[in-house]
Amino acid sequence: MTATNRIWDVLVIGGGHAGVEAALASARTGARTLLLTHRFDGIGQMSCNPAIGGIGKSHLVREIDALGGVMAQAADRAGIHVRVLNRRKGPAVHATRAQTDRKLYREAIQGFVTEAQNLEVRSIAVGDLIVRDGKVGGILTEEGDRIEASAVVLSTGTFLDGAIHIGAEQTQGGRAGDPPSLLLAHRLRELLPDVGRLKTGTPPRLDGQTIDWVKTSVQPGEIPPPPLSRFSPPDVHPRQVSCHLTRTTEATHELIRAHLHQSPMHTGAIDSRGPRYCPSVEDKVVRFAERPSHQVFIEPEGLDTDVIYPNGISTSLPAEVQEQFVRTIPGFEEVQLTRYGYAIEYDFFDPRQLRPTLQCKALPGLYLAGQINGTTGYEEAAAQGLLAGYNAATQSLGREAWWPRRDEAYAGVLVDDLITRGVDEPYRMFTSRAEYRLTLREDNADLRLTETGRKLGLVCDAHWDLFCKRRDSLEQELGRLRATRLGEDSLADVLRRPETNYAEAVSMLPAYEPASPEIGRQAEIELRYEGYIRRHRHEIERLKQDETRRLPEGIDYRSITALSHEAREKLSHCRPATLGQAARIPGVTPAAVAILKIHLKADGTRQQVL
Amino acid sequence: MNSGDTIVALSTPPGRGALALIRASGPQVPDLTRQLNDGVLPAPRAASLRVLHDTEGRTLDQGVLTFYPAPASATGEDVLEISCHGAPAVVEALLSRLRSLGARPAEPGEFSRRAFEAGKMDLAQAQAVADLVAATTGRAARCAARVLKGDISREISSILQEIVDIRVYIEGALDFPDEDVDWLAESDFGTRLSALSDKVEQLVRRARQGRTVATGIRLALLGPPNVGKSSLLNHFTGTDTAIVTAQPGTTRDVLTASFQIDGIPLILADTAGIRAAEAEAEVEGIRRSWRAAEEADLILQMFDAHAGWSEDDEEIKNRLPELPALTLANKCDLLPDGIPRSGPKEAIRLSAKFGHGIETLKGQIIHLLELENALEEDEFMAHQRQIDALLETGKTLKRATQAQGGELIAEELRLAQEALGALTGEFTADDLLGEIFSRFCIGK
Repeated sequence: MTATNRIWDVLVIGGGHAGVEAALASARTGARTLLLTHRFDGIGQMSCNPAIGGIGKSHLVREIDALGGVMAQAADRAGIHVRVLNRRKGPAVHATRAQTDRKLYREAIQGFVTEAQNLEVRSIAVGDLIVRDGKVGGILTEEGDRIEASAVVLSTGTFLDGAIHIGAEQTQGGRAGDPPSLLLAHRLRELLPDVGRLKTGTPPRLDGQTIDWVKTSVQPGEIPPPPLSRFSPPDVHPRQVSCHLTRTTEATHELIRAHLHQSPMHTGAIDSRGPRYCPSVEDKVVRFAERPSHQVFIEPEGLDTDVIYPNGISTSLPAEVQEQFVRTIPGFEEVQLTRYGYAIEYDFFDPRQLRPTLQCKALPGLYLAGQINGTTGYEEAAAQGLLAGYNAATQSLGREAWWPRRDEAYAGVLVDDLITRGVDEPYRMFTSRAEYRLTLREDNADLRLTETGRKLGLVCDAHWDLFCKRRDSLEQELGRLRATRLGEDSLADVLRRPETNYAEAVSMLPAYEPASPEIGRQAEIELRYEGYIRRHRHEIERLKQDETRRLPEGIDYRSITALSHEAREKLSHCRPATLGQAARIPGVTPAAVAILKIHLKADGTRQQVL
Repeated sequence: MNSGDTIVALSTPPGRGALALIRASGPQVPDLTRQLNDGVLPAPRAASLRVLHDTEGRTLDQGVLTFYPAPASATGEDVLEISCHGAPAVVEALLSRLRSLGARPAEPGEFSRRAFEAGKMDLAQAQAVADLVAATTGRAARCAARVLKGDISREISSILQEIVDIRVYIEGALDFPDEDVDWLAESDFGTRLSALSDKVEQLVRRARQGRTVATGIRLALLGPPNVGKSSLLNHFTGTDTAIVTAQPGTTRDVLTASFQIDGIPLILADTAGIRAAEAEAEVEGIRRSWRAAEEADLILQMFDAHAGWSEDDEEIKNRLPELPALTLANKCDLLPDGIPRSGPKEAIRLSAKFGHGIETLKGQIIHLLELENALEEDEFMAHQRQIDALLETGKTLKRATQAQGGELIAEELRLAQEALGALTGEFTADDLLGEIFSRFCIGK
């Protein structure tokens, strides 16, 4: 068997948000890519809340956009209610959130997949991986057919041995209505030893026609809706609708309390950890008993459907209890449930088994992305997918791998957190996870990453041209603001003061021809954070050497006697890719890093001598 | 090839000996050197004698500067060596001057590491350095842990707790804007931050002047003029710090010198001889002698064994503050049998001039202050780290009080906590989120 009779360079298993970005990134790089999924019409399906973006997540979406991914563009085409969260706070924590039409989103994504060059899709259930000489070289279908490739991206979401709980009822499934991947799950447990279980939940769905809307309060979206993609045409959004808000009541809480013994979380049927930031309504009632009421966000699932997603009451109580407690909520007195809420448990693999390229250390050729790595959220999944797909392709094509550092992107923070610290609950992005938050903003994702994306071959010509125009006008405008005097100060100095915005500053000089509002705003943000960013850059420069210093694969940490016992164990287990990553492993002290440096140097010298 | 910043540290063991050697290495060294040397760079590898100043421009000491330009230096970088007197106060002030000029405290073994990376060491030495780094760090960590048990450490944990508390609200407001409460709008962070910033400043002051073991135990040496107090001081420090003459009343001010006994830093204050004086300067000197006595941890009262216990001695004894005290009978070398003519029986017999009886005196000091098995010498270093961390924390908190906007306050608080993290251990973003989730019902 030689590489030449292989048809595929990269196989991507799973057509969710990670799988789609992986397949598209791989294909864009030029690798012949095959996407394997249960059903074509399931590609781009939003299995939980139909919304894209939000705090920390919108940053990821814009980074994906800057690197040639499609999530942002699809969200713009499907966004029916869009807001910028934290609008009144500083730009570094602004976060766009788009409530989307489930169907429009899926169609947009499927459109991108269909149009892509070098990408084919097959509806196939994968049963096994082909492993030869310790390397993954393709898959076997459940029917036993072989499909070979030099790299495989696994992005199967919650489908690995998924178990759905509603009350005492337990069924196997990857998502309500879809079968789980059992065969593959069992095989992976053999190949990758560090497997764990996580759980997540979803609320019941409601029929909007049976809601008494008068009893709820209206949450309008922004008009015009702010786009998530830098590259979406104007007027990309469909018709806009409002969301609504209601609250749980004491009666709700009493009912839930009375039936707690029937919740699988409390009966012990589920013992895996769920996310602390997305507690079930049972958890809220138990842990915050003093709160008389909790918010329920009433979110539409689409323009031509009446299905409502009541955000905030995720539950795994028995069906009849769900019916009862939902009807204690104002506006829901007569409501009909179209589907029950449930908790789902699924396998994930300890992401500390991965390199920063998301390749398995133990199984070269296999890349993992998305929920399988213990994350939650479409955006987190998509960001990993893009990186895994790109790196799988570079491996097949013999090009150099790439991943963003923590100071370059939220995607870098995400991957580094995963592979360095591991997870003990589903990992969700927050801005507080990014130490360089003031540098890593939603507004400058393109300025941070698009040039790199272009070099990597991920950014198409049309997007590149748009980007260059924006970048050049911004640089020009910044130069002009710095050069233009207003008394003692330059206009740039004036803008550094938080009380003055761009329009006000330039209006002080009638002769000044203002830039476009978008460029003006961007210049204002750049100037306002300039001092902080300079400080960041200083810190980053100091750390960069370590970040770019790769640790050799075969290094035997146990033989470095100067290291503490704990440091030796932690380093042996995690096998960090760079010195910088080593420094962030809990239990690895600065002294241990110093010792590693010396050891590396000594090793290098020894090799040269031999 | 190094990370581009400039490091500074005391190269001689802390506190011990007459001289101290401070070393700085890195790209900012030529700048630092110019600042200390009236704006000019001294000739490479040539010693130049300079008056040294502290950050406020006050004269500290005379010292010798030697500049070693890269690459012909120990670390391969630009290096400055400063030799000065070995008093911790002088050293601390000089280090802080150098830090204010842009150098940062070196990590354990960092000079050696830079030397190694510049190829100034061979392979065998490299392994030795690795072991040394491990050992040094272990000791430093033990010392840090011990210091943290003390009184200052309680204060530091309460400051840390307050920082975490404020961060929980601010980060909560930034990361969970859809929650019911707008914590940023409703809480008065300005007042809390100012109070916290003041608290840190106070603590820095206390840590600096504190009588903790780490900065040195204060001994006050009292007695009439010309009983040999300055000779004893000089004996301990090994230099002519105090001018010793036969003229009574030579010491008109309080001289201090630092030295160590078994690694414990001691600060000996040699005072003006106490007698009925007429000259204004001498009266002032005597007043200061008594003040030094009141601020001491232990008093050494010295009398002239050859002349015998006098009324002056008796008067001094009666006026002593209520503190542990030892009586020293000096000039026993002048007596044929070495026995004082008169005076308290328990007096320690000394000859400051010839160094007789010094070991007994040291033993008694340790015994009286219950300092057997007390400390290792790195305590000083650990202490300095506390002060450095607190200074950095104070600086960031001050900036936080002036910052406008939650994300900017949050940035300063992150840095404040990172600075304290050097003393208290790391507190990760995940720890912070954990705090937020445990206090507030977050999530849809």
